[in-house]
Amino acid sequence: MPVDRREFLKIAGAGLGSLMLPISSASASSDPKEAENAFAMLYDAPKCVGCRACQTACKTRAGLSPVKDENNLYEAPMELNSENWTIIKLYDGEDGPSFVKNQCMHCIEPACASVCPVGALEKTADGPVVYHAERCIGCRYCMTACPFNVPKYQWDKVEPFIQKCDFCFDLQAKGEQPKCSEACPTGALISGRRGEMLTVAHDRIGQQPDVYESKVYGEKEVGGTSMLYLSKVSYEKLGLPNLNEKSLPEITWPYMKAVPYVFFGMGGIMTAIYYFTHRNDKEEEA
Amino acid sequence: MGALLGNIKLRRYPVGIGMILIWLTGAAGLSVAVYRWIVGLRITNMSDGRPWGIWISFDMMSGVGLAAGAFTVAAVVYIFNLKKLYPILRPTILTGFISYILAALTLLVDLGLPGRIWHLLIFWNVHSPLFEIGWCVMIYTTVLALEFSPILFDALGWKVPLKIIRRITIPLVVLGIMLSTLHQSTLGTMLTIMPYRINPLWYSGLMPLYFFLTAIGAGLAMTVFETYHSARTYQQKFELGIVSRLTKGIPYVLGTYFVIRIGELFISGNYVYLLQESWPTFLFLIEMIGGVLIPVLLFADPRVRNNPTGIVWAAFLTMGGLIMNRFNASLVFMNGDFYFPSATEMIVSIGLTCLGIIAFDAAVRFLPMFPEPKTSDEI
Repeated sequence: MPVDRREFLKIAGAGLGSLMLPISSASASSDPKEAENAFAMLYDAPKCVGCRACQTACKTRAGLSPVKDENNLYEAPMELNSENWTIIKLYDGEDGPSFVKNQCMHCIEPACASVCPVGALEKTADGPVVYHAERCIGCRYCMTACPFNVPKYQWDKVEPFIQKCDFCFDLQAKGEQPKCSEACPTGALISGRRGEMLTVAHDRIGQQPDVYESKVYGEKEVGGTSMLYLSKVSYEKLGLPNLNEKSLPEITWPYMKAVPYVFFGMGGIMTAIYYFTHRNDKEEEA
Repeated sequence: MGALLGNIKLRRYPVGIGMILIWLTGAAGLSVAVYRWIVGLRITNMSDGRPWGIWISFDMMSGVGLAAGAFTVAAVVYIFNLKKLYPILRPTILTGFISYILAALTLLVDLGLPGRIWHLLIFWNVHSPLFEIGWCVMIYTTVLALEFSPILFDALGWKVPLKIIRRITIPLVVLGIMLSTLHQSTLGTMLTIMPYRINPLWYSGLMPLYFFLTAIGAGLAMTVFETYHSARTYQQKFELGIVSRLTKGIPYVLGTYFVIRIGELFISGNYVYLLQESWPTFLFLIEMIGGVLIPVLLFADPRVRNNPTGIVWAAFLTMGGLIMNRFNASLVFMNGDFYFPSATEMIVSIGLTCLGIIAFDAAVRFLPMFPEPKTSDEI
């Protein structure tokens, strides 16, 4: 195998602590065709009656304990947390009321997976973003990087882990539905391939333009998500942040890609300066 | 015994009341850190809506930034060949070495699963800025240990290791500069993935450059402060000539930073956020004027640089500017739940800083860090 200078530098860099690896794109799964085939869900807010069957089904499947008060009374959670991977909230303002479901969005190019220093979060080829607890060191970078504030932490535990929806990746791999969409009695939450879900969503908007916002939330946000939304109330009012189309890993990747050049460039510059400033040393010594 | 330990002996510098307080605070900080390992992170005020607290903003972001003096002074002395500055090199390398150990120690306090820090070695994600920082810091701490080791070998009278280390000094220094350039800037890259979280007055695609430049400026300022303090504590002459020469470059570095950052604010149109909300504007102005512009003007003036009070104050402002910048970008103006550090978080942060001072003090007392007071039998 012929090794040119650049290849050699790459190998040397890897040896120096993996500061470079010949990886060419920001994400393995940014291929649009692959994203179209990925597992996805569509939440149709006007169809949701807020029964929370999805929440209960999720808790059962994920083995998350219900949060009870001191009288053993169950209290509905207010926010996603380490015991709640999904939650139904009610917006009851001027344009409401409307329910909204929160859970991991399973971004096509997830910020969490890109920032995790040990690769504990992984974007699988099927679509779900899964958490490898056995790798996690607990830096919580995923929590700060997620634009949807999804990963939550077990703050009360001595050995804490990240908690977030895993899209029932194991069930979906077997051809089953995620537990939340399976439990939905009204058809507000349906699952399927992302391409199909988008078609369904746009059809619904086309048929009832007075019922829905013209945009499918999640189609383009931060490069697209596997969780898609339809709503009558504006998405921002439902607590879904207003985000650009650019994926977040796309911001950091150019910097990370430049790392080897900065590293060896600086080495080259410093060596050159050294030889320049020390060019008369021998004469001095003599 | 004496022959074995060579020049490692207790030097009887006076122990002031301040040092005793530092010992106590250091012990308290370490105890609380141990307590945190036993009971977990619940004793902090961090939460799901605020996953990073002062351990990240102060100990990691600011601490590593202020420790940049080690690579900068090494570059100035060995690469730029300003040998006159050599006398401050040893304490500066030591300060850097201790700072990096402390940063690693705080990281072990902050990580949810500190026992797994070694996972960085076996699980790789080259996309992650934190992965790169982790590796750079690990290697650079080793480089600093090697850069510092001649003092130890010298004191012990070990000739062979000393000879080997001296031979690779220049490659080590170059490697140190390469690694520092990377991780100092990558601390900025770390925050670039949060465009929706960080206030536009601080968020910028140029944060890697900003973090690198401010680290050089504040690292040199930290060197001034440390030199001044050592001189006072250990009855040395304050090497005003040296630090004055050293800080000559600060106006260029921080001046460049100031011009680019203000320029970017106007070119990107983000200046509209100035005066929209009072707190960000107020703190931005304090940071940029008090922590950057005024220090630039002060260090540019030879009268200030050649005056002990002047140069120390200018150094203080520069260091404050960096700390403010890191806090503003990674905590104060980062969206999230309300957060004020718990007492335990503060004790750990302050206590571990005191541990650093204790380690420095111990090194000065046991190792030949400064020229010895001349005795009659010395040549």
